[in-house]
Parts: sequence; C-alpha cells; structure tokens
Amino acid sequence: MSTLAKNRIVGASVPRKEGVNKLLGAALYVDDIQREGMWHGATVRSAVPRAHIRSISFDSKIDWSEFSVVSAADIPGENHIHMIVADQPCLADREVNHCEEPILLIAHPDKRKVREAVTAVHIEYDPLPPVFTIEDSEKQQVVIWGADNCFKSFLLEKGNVDSVWAQAAHIVEGEYRTGAQEHLYIENNGVIAEYTAETGITVWGSLQCPFYVHKSLLAVFNLPPERVRVIQTETGGAFGGKEDYPSVIASHAALLAMKCGHPVKMVYDRIEDLAATTKRHPSRVRHRTALDAGGKLLAMDIDIATDGGAYSTLSSTVLSRATLHSPGPYVCPNVRVRSHAWATNTVPYGAFRGFGAPQTVFAVERHMDEIAAAIGMDPIELRRRNFIHQGETTATEQLMREPVILDKLLDRALAESDFYKRRDKFAKDNAQNPIRRGMGVAAFYHGSGFTGSGERYLNSLAGIDVTADDKVRVLVSSTEFGQGTNTVLTQIAAETLGLDYEDVAMAPPDTGIVPNSGPTVASRTVMVIGGLIERSCLQLIATLRDEASLPEDFSREEFFAACDQLRKARGEAVSLCRYEAPPGIFWDDQKYRGEAYPAYAWSVHVAQVAVDTVTYSAEVEEYWSVQEAGRVIHPVLAGGQIEGGIAQGIGYALYEKVVLQNGRMANNQMTNYIMPTAEDVPPIHIFWEELPFQHGGFGAKGIGELPHDGPAPAILNAIRNAIGISFNSIPLLPEDLFAKLSVQGKVEEPATV
Amino acid sequence: MRGNAAEHELVAPGSLPAVLDLIASAPGQWMPIAGGTELMVVFAAGRLSANKLVNLWGVEELRFIDSTHDELVIGAGTTFSDLRASAAVATDFPLLDRAAGWIGSIANQTRATLGGNLVNGSPAADSSPALLVYDAEIELISVRGKRRMPYREFHTGYKQNAMTADELLYAVHLPRRFAQHRQYLRKVGTRRAMAISKVALGATALIKNDLIDEIRVAAASLAPFPVRLVQTEAALAGKSASVDIIQAARESLLAEAQPIDDIRSNAQYRKVVGANLLEEFLRHLNREPEPR
Amino acid sequence: MSAPTATIQLNVNGDDKSVSVPPMKRLLDVLREDLQLTGTKEGCGEGECGSCSVRMNGELVNSCLVPILQADGASIETVEGLACDGVLHPLQQAFLHCGGAQCGICTPGMLMAAKQLLAHNPQPSLAEIREGLAGNLCRCTGFIRIFESVLSAAASGAEAGKQEMHAR
Repeated sequence: MSTLAKNRIVGASVPRKEGVNKLLGAALYVDDIQREGMWHGATVRSAVPRAHIRSISFDSKIDWSEFSVVSAADIPGENHIHMIVADQPCLADREVNHCEEPILLIAHPDKRKVREAVTAVHIEYDPLPPVFTIEDSEKQQVVIWGADNCFKSFLLEKGNVDSVWAQAAHIVEGEYRTGAQEHLYIENNGVIAEYTAETGITVWGSLQCPFYVHKSLLAVFNLPPERVRVIQTETGGAFGGKEDYPSVIASHAALLAMKCGHPVKMVYDRIEDLAATTKRHPSRVRHRTALDAGGKLLAMDIDIATDGGAYSTLSSTVLSRATLHSPGPYVCPNVRVRSHAWATNTVPYGAFRGFGAPQTVFAVERHMDEIAAAIGMDPIELRRRNFIHQGETTATEQLMREPVILDKLLDRALAESDFYKRRDKFAKDNAQNPIRRGMGVAAFYHGSGFTGSGERYLNSLAGIDVTADDKVRVLVSSTEFGQGTNTVLTQIAAETLGLDYEDVAMAPPDTGIVPNSGPTVASRTVMVIGGLIERSCLQLIATLRDEASLPEDFSREEFFAACDQLRKARGEAVSLCRYEAPPGIFWDDQKYRGEAYPAYAWSVHVAQVAVDTVTYSAEVEEYWSVQEAGRVIHPVLAGGQIEGGIAQGIGYALYEKVVLQNGRMANNQMTNYIMPTAEDVPPIHIFWEELPFQHGGFGAKGIGELPHDGPAPAILNAIRNAIGISFNSIPLLPEDLFAKLSVQGKVEEPATV
Repeated sequence: MRGNAAEHELVAPGSLPAVLDLIASAPGQWMPIAGGTELMVVFAAGRLSANKLVNLWGVEELRFIDSTHDELVIGAGTTFSDLRASAAVATDFPLLDRAAGWIGSIANQTRATLGGNLVNGSPAADSSPALLVYDAEIELISVRGKRRMPYREFHTGYKQNAMTADELLYAVHLPRRFAQHRQYLRKVGTRRAMAISKVALGATALIKNDLIDEIRVAAASLAPFPVRLVQTEAALAGKSASVDIIQAARESLLAEAQPIDDIRSNAQYRKVVGANLLEEFLRHLNREPEPR
Repeated sequence: MSAPTATIQLNVNGDDKSVSVPPMKRLLDVLREDLQLTGTKEGCGEGECGSCSVRMNGELVNSCLVPILQADGASIETVEGLACDGVLHPLQQAFLHCGGAQCGICTPGMLMAAKQLLAHNPQPSLAEIREGLAGNLCRCTGFIRIFESVLSAAASGAEAGKQEMHAR
C-alpha cells in the first residue's frame, strides 16, 4: 500500500467529482446537446384507457411529406419493451390499454412543427370496458391482462399464523392505502438517437441503466450487442423514474432515426412526462396481528395488493420488496404474507426510490401505533418489545448475523428530538390551541442490493484501468444522477490505490466502453460496485507487484511507472472483478425463504407535526433521522441523500397526489402536482451510527432509498398523536383531514386571553 | 413546450395612447400581454388562441403608485414586487402588501402585474379579496376616455368582466380610510409558497363601542369570481362579535358561498374553511389590536 | 401563418447580442437556441420550478415566461456569467463545499435566485433564504444544504456588489 496515509479520502467530504461543471452551467444534459442534421420526435398517444383502434387518419392541413411517421409495422424486431416480462408493446398496434399509450411516432426537422403534427393525427377507437382500481381488478369480472389480471403473486410463510388466533390476548386489524407518486425529477425524460447502417444504433440520454436500454434495443431492432451503443448524458434527477422508462423513449427515438435517416431528439415537456411515464405503485395493505398479553407479537397476517398499471414492467420485483419489508423490523414467530400485483388500465407503474418498501413500511409502522392504541401501550414501548436483534430470524428465516442496533437508534432518536418532553408539552397545550401538535416515530430497515440471488444473476463486472497520461479510470455502468456515484467510486479507488482524489476519473457511461456492472438501482452502488472497485484496485496492485516491480510501499510516481510497464507488456493496464456473493447467502425463490438481502440498513425517524384546525392542514415542523448503514463514505453526500429522501417522503405523505380521471392524470402540471418548496421543508436533523459492513465497499451499505421509507408513517403517527384520530391513507391532504374532523357550525366559547 | 412563436404577432406600440389606438382600430383582435405570467403558460401548453398580441410591459404610463390625500392610485402595470417595495402600500393597505407576497415566487412577483391579476379574473386571484375589502375602484381607459367603477362590479361572471372590447384596465384606486379598521387576510393554498388559492378570506372592520360599525368581508374561490359576502356582512353589521353572532355569521357564509369542486379542492372544504377563517377573524376582534 | 420576426438587442453577461426571432419566442429559448447558452434549463414551462431563472435588469425572472420582445434592450445575467475568468463565484464555491448541488439541473436557476437574494439582502436569515428560493424547486437535496450553501456564501461576504464584473 502507498506510503500516503489511509482514510484520507474515504470518509471525507471531497468536492463532487462533476460538481464544478454543474455549478458553471456547463454540464451537458440531453436537451443541451445538438447533433448535426438532427430532427425532433414526438409521440401520438392514446386518448382512451382501453379500446380497439378502429382507424388512424392524417389531417390534410399538414404536408405529411415533410414528416417521418413510425408505427408498429416499422419495428424490425419485436414489438416489446423487454423488462422482466415482454408484455409492454413498444408501440400499440391494434389495441390500447392505457391513456397515453404510444401509438405513432412523428419526426420533423422543426420541433415546433412536429408538435403541431401530433394534434393533426385523428384516431378513432372502439372502447372496451376499463378497469381502474385494485378492487375491480381483483374481482376479475373484466379481465384485461393474462388469464386473471394478476401480474405476480407471492406467499411468504413462517410458522403457522392460524394456530395462534384462538389463544391470542389481542387481535388488531387495519387497512392502509398509499397513492401513486410521481418522481418529479426536474429534468424530463429525453434521448437523442442515431442510426447508421455501418454502426447501428447510438442513443444518448437521461437514464440510470445504460445496459437495460441496450438490452431492450437489441430486441426491438433485432441487432447484435456490438451494433447498439447507449451513452448516458448528465442526468437531472431520476429516483427510479429513469430505470425502466428510458427503454421506451430510446426505442421510439431510434425507430424514428432509422426511418428518417437523421439523428432524432425526443425530449418530453412536463405535461407529457407527468401524464405518460411511470410512477410509484399504489397499494392496499391489510394487517391482522395477534399479540400476547405483554404486547409481544405472536402472528402477523398481511395481505398486500399493488396496482401495476396496464403492463407488468417491474411490478413483480416491486411486489417482492414490498412483501419482504412488510413485517417490519420485528421478530415474530408466525408470519404469513400474501401479495398480488394487479393490472389496471392506467399508465404502467414502475420503479421509484424504495421500490415497494415505502408502501408496506407505511402500513406496518402505522399499524404498530394502532396496535399500541388498541392494547393501551405506548407505541415506543411496543416497538422495543418486538425489535429484532442479532441472532434472531426474520420472516424469511434469515438469521441476523450482523449486529442490529435498533434500540440504540431509537434511544438516540428519542434523545435528539427530546421526544417525550415535546409530546407531553403538546398534550397539555393542544386543547387551548387551534394548532394541535404531535410526535410520531417510525422504525424500519431497507434491504441493500438486489433481493436473494439477484446479485448473482446480475453477475456484475467492474474495475479500473490506468491510461498512458497517468489517469485512473473507474470502469462501471453505474451512473451519476445526483446521488454521488462519480464521487464515491473515485474516492474508493483513490483511497485503495493510495493516490490523490484528482488522479481518478470516471470512464464515460458508454456501453461501448464500460463493462456491465448492473443497473444503478436498489441502493447497491456503493456497497456492491464500491466493493468491486476496491477489489479491482487491490488486484491491480498485486499484479503490479508480481509483474511490474511495484515496491511494497510505493509512491504515486512509482505506481504510474509500474502501470506503464504493465501496459507495455500487456497492451493495457486494466483490472476487472466479477461479483462474488458473500458466503452463506442462500435464497429459495419458490419457498420465499432464506437470505432475502445481503445487508440491511436500519433507521428510526421522528416527526413533529402541527395540525391547523382552522385549515385542516398538517405540516411537518421538525424532523429527526438516525440511521445505521455501515460506513459513511462521504458525509456531505450521504447527508444529502437522507435529507432529499425525507423531503420526498414528506411529499408522499402530505402533498403529492396523482389525480386520475378516467385513467388519465388530470393534474399533469407542476402547478397542480404539489411537491414541498423551500418554505415547506422542515429543519431535518440527521445522525449516523457507523458499523462497518465487511462485505460492502469500504464497509458501506446502501442508503439511497432508506430515508424514503420513514416519513409517511412517522408523520401520520404524529398526526394521530396530535388529534387522536387515525388516518391510514396517503397522501393525506387537508380535505381528507377535514372530512373526518369538520364540525360544521359549532362555535366553542373562545378562550379568555 | 407546445407553443409556436412563429404563429403569434406581438407588437409594442410603446406609449399608452398608441396601444389604445391599436386596440380601438380592431376591438377584440389584440390581446394585451403584460408580465406574461398567465399568458405564457397558456402559450407553452399550446392553447394560446390569440394570434395577435399587444405588449403592455414597459408602458410606463401604466406602472405607477401615486399617493394623494384621499387615495392611493396604483397603475395596472404595477408589479407585485413594486407593491411589496412601496412604503405607502405597506402602511395604508397592509393586506395588499401581504397578498403581493403570495403571488408565486420572487421571479413571478417581478413580472405579475396588478392589472393582469384582475383582468385574468380567476376566482382565486390573490389580490382580489384585499381590494374588495378596501373598497377599491377600477379605472378603465380607452380612446374614448376614462371611466371608473367600484371593483366589486368589475367581475360579471366566471372569467368575464365589465370592460368593453377597446378598453384597458388603467388603475386601481384605494381610498385612504382604513387606518382605524381591524384588518384580516388569509390564504389557504396547497403549500406555503407557489400555491394557487383553495380559498382566501379578507376582512376589514371598524369597531366602535365594541360593536362592528363597518364590516367588509370578501373571498376568493367561494364564487365564480372574487366577491364581497354581503349577507355575511349583514349578519355582522352593528353587532358585537359574540359567540352567537359568530355562529350566525358562519351560517350566513356557508349559505352564501358557492364554491365548486375542482382539481385542487372541493366545495365543502372551501366553504367550511372559509367559515373557519371568518371565525378566526371575528375572534381576533375580541382581543386588543396589535400595535401598528 | 408566419408572423414577422423582430430584431432584439440584449446584453447577456456583459456581451452585446442581437437576434432576429419571432417576438413571442421565449427568452429561455433565445438563450438556449440562438445564443447557445444552455446553462439555463427548462423544467416545467409554467413558471413553477424556477430552473429557467435568470436576472433581467437586475430582477429575477422566469425566462420561460418572458417573450423576447419584452427583453429588448435588457441586461440579462445567466449562470454562465457567474464565474469570473475561471474563478468560481462565492456562491458556486459554497454550493460545491456544502453539497448544494446534486443532480445539478436546478442549480443554475438556484444560483441566480441566491444571487438575487444576496444582492438585496447580504446577510439573510434562514426564513428570508427560504422565501428567496421558494420559487426554485429542487427534488434532490430537500433544500437543506442549499440553505447552508447560501448562508455560507453570505458569511464569506458574497454580496452582489463584489462580483458584478459583467452586468451593467
């Protein structure tokens, strides 16, 4: 190892790798880029939720000879967007199954004219009866997908729940609902595609997973892998909304490029992006819970239903995570989880930060407070009595081999927030105050990385190379979209090699250059890919020692000299590593049993909420978050992830509603889809407990999604504490509070001032 | 972005008389555009049907705040930033100062104009409740001259107003007689900033001998356009803000209000919250007024 | 129909520019397309997100809502004008140090709004910062480190006067 001191870079808040460019306004997002001879593309979309397409006609007011038009008939390969199941058409052919489903594509050199042409295409439909709700889909009276409307189902069983009801001291039931949520990345979806007979397809775009798009294009165009190239441009926010959707828009732009013979740019405006792209799965979760007289969990019977929209996309994996997070951070001898993902005639739902966990963590953490109220126990105490510990097993019989410090996280969260003092004060003050305040808690885990054997299946390859001008490049398909990939991976490489942070750069996120290190999702990047980078660096050092005379203690100059030597001998100085699962990871996909996740991050959130009885609005006044997620690689970036996730979670709980009318998002403008502004976010206090995780890059576990799981239950628990009324459905808008709270026309004696 | 700039004419005659001449030459043909905070949104959504627009931004004759002994006169081209920066507005018409801070963001306040807010005629218009409870008068102008009317007569229906096809809104007159009035204005939106109003209530009241001598109550989003709640005022005039009177006033408001269900909220919520705001105001009357 | 174009004179970050474009073309599009200044971004086209914020004659505006005719003769400042000869403006420096930029798409507009705030209020309170930035939406940071960045810049004396090297 280098003579330079260890831990100079990892653990420090070095400047964001691409930060200066972003601050100068010089970073190039896809709409900042022009290609020579570029045309512009637009999409003609279904106006109805479910129908046969009867006819398509083109208004003669437009000179169509100037335009290129693409339909399903133009697709060279398969008319399917490959995600997990190939059920989503790239373009609708004879029928449509959701509003905004893409039917035709149009390209023209003038981006204003192409938009006008979209409105000049007239489509006639023969409507079919649509299904819009989980309940209607479950009934299966109208079948819109497969044989039974069900995209996927799971059954998770531990022990025998039904053996317990008869002798349980308490049985508590509850139903919890979550609505759709829009990512609202500030940069809309966009791509540029080129096609030439020589090179095939090249796509530049705002996306998370270059190789997902690559794989999807191979199928649509029936091309071999070397004839498709996908390059990520600077991406203005993603949150999962650019995990699967870019395969759709990339296919569209590439089809137009092929047809018109020019590069084609397709960038959505906000109106289109809101209406037509993926959102978080709505859910309905039912709990039936048995406890003994002392408040220990005896049985949890959980039923989960998600709304997947018209096509399956990622519904099965979202359902999987929802299922595995539904029992909460508790030990319970008998657990049954039955889960289903249902088809409806709405825009297909997709990945969004948390990926099923925010839905079921909301349910279980609300339910714990309902249980506490039902059995007359403090909700804090109820949680303590049931927390899982090291050495105990989860609902999938996964043994917690690593330390689990939920008690410590809870203690710290209560202390930092002065929880009891505030709660008691509010209890005294509320009666005389039109503003009623309360405190609420949520405790939860988030599984880092892919479920079960997912990482094995991904078989990620990643590493580094060293160029002739003494630059180390990180070779990964993991992308930056604000969360810090570029910074953290280069930190890890620089630290491991004993170099300076400035010596390491990211290779371009280009499928023609980098290996497939898997998608940038599931909070896996720092833990899994960081680990691969660390190993690759150590592997390179070992090779340099063996083959290039690198001394035991080497300087920066000696390192680069040795790389030169290696490059002369081998032609290149590169070191790649493949993913190796930690020992003892075993997952049974059929029985849904075993090591569900290779690692867990743990967290406790506390919310202070004020309910205004004049306007029925609830606002978060202050927020605390304590987490254990292994080693913190970059305090500023890590803190930013927690704060940003909490802000999104607050939006999920109190502000963000997708209003559907006839299966179409009616509030598809930023003026009507409400996220918190700078005046709405509360002070957010975050605290870390670091327990390095031996199988993660530099001891890190995943954190990107963890913070989004906590706010909704913590906030609604606080509201229950404030006004004594249970709300079990989010988003919880003032109108919903009003519906339960309002007492018309009654005036109380005003308090004497 | 669905608008095509090439399909719209925008002319800038420059002076107010030149603008009026143009409008008179083809009444109803030229759509005035001031700060653009409404029209440019419509344009970007591809729904701007007006092909001919005449520019009011930079027409200096419209952008002024003049103080006379009896009134404050605010030109229609005055921006909300101008209003917030005016000491006269802050001192004599604090509700208007507050409303000006509600308009969108800082970037929208520098461009949104008082005239635009009124002519756009949204039932949720941020400046309207304050103007109504301050007995504002509207001054209209055309090549034929100027005329005034009480602001409360300006809106005649949902997004309809009393202007003729060749008229512009010239100024708003605010009588300087509210120094002793108790004043209240509160907006209920979807969030703390950048929020379209779900309901807003303004009120001014002159208290003499513990009785409500004068009362004006106005609301946004409780009718097709911003209105004075005259029956509610009648229930309060000459009375004290006792528990019974507050109850009667609530009932009056609930009966008088005609809100709708829309994408932002529902009628029942708007009504009851409107009544709650009224009650909040009336309870304040029972306390000592805050020092000015 | 095609409306006549207008010849518009602008000063952008200290440079005089002239464009011939339809008078209703948005200032945002003129900056990005005609002047190749792509630092200013479009997030919504409705004046809600603020990512198109620029300073026009010393005031903050959403450039997606300004028809270019109304900017004739105006002095425009965009993010490209913040740094001076490669030296970051104190606001940019603070954002870099404090983590005020994550994905970066809201950052140009946010910097303009912050600059506007500090120009009129060199030592703003947290409440004043919240209000000054309320028209700029950030989906990544939750705003917390943006507030810290502005406070940090203010503490280092970053008021507008010191950095007015380009604007008139």
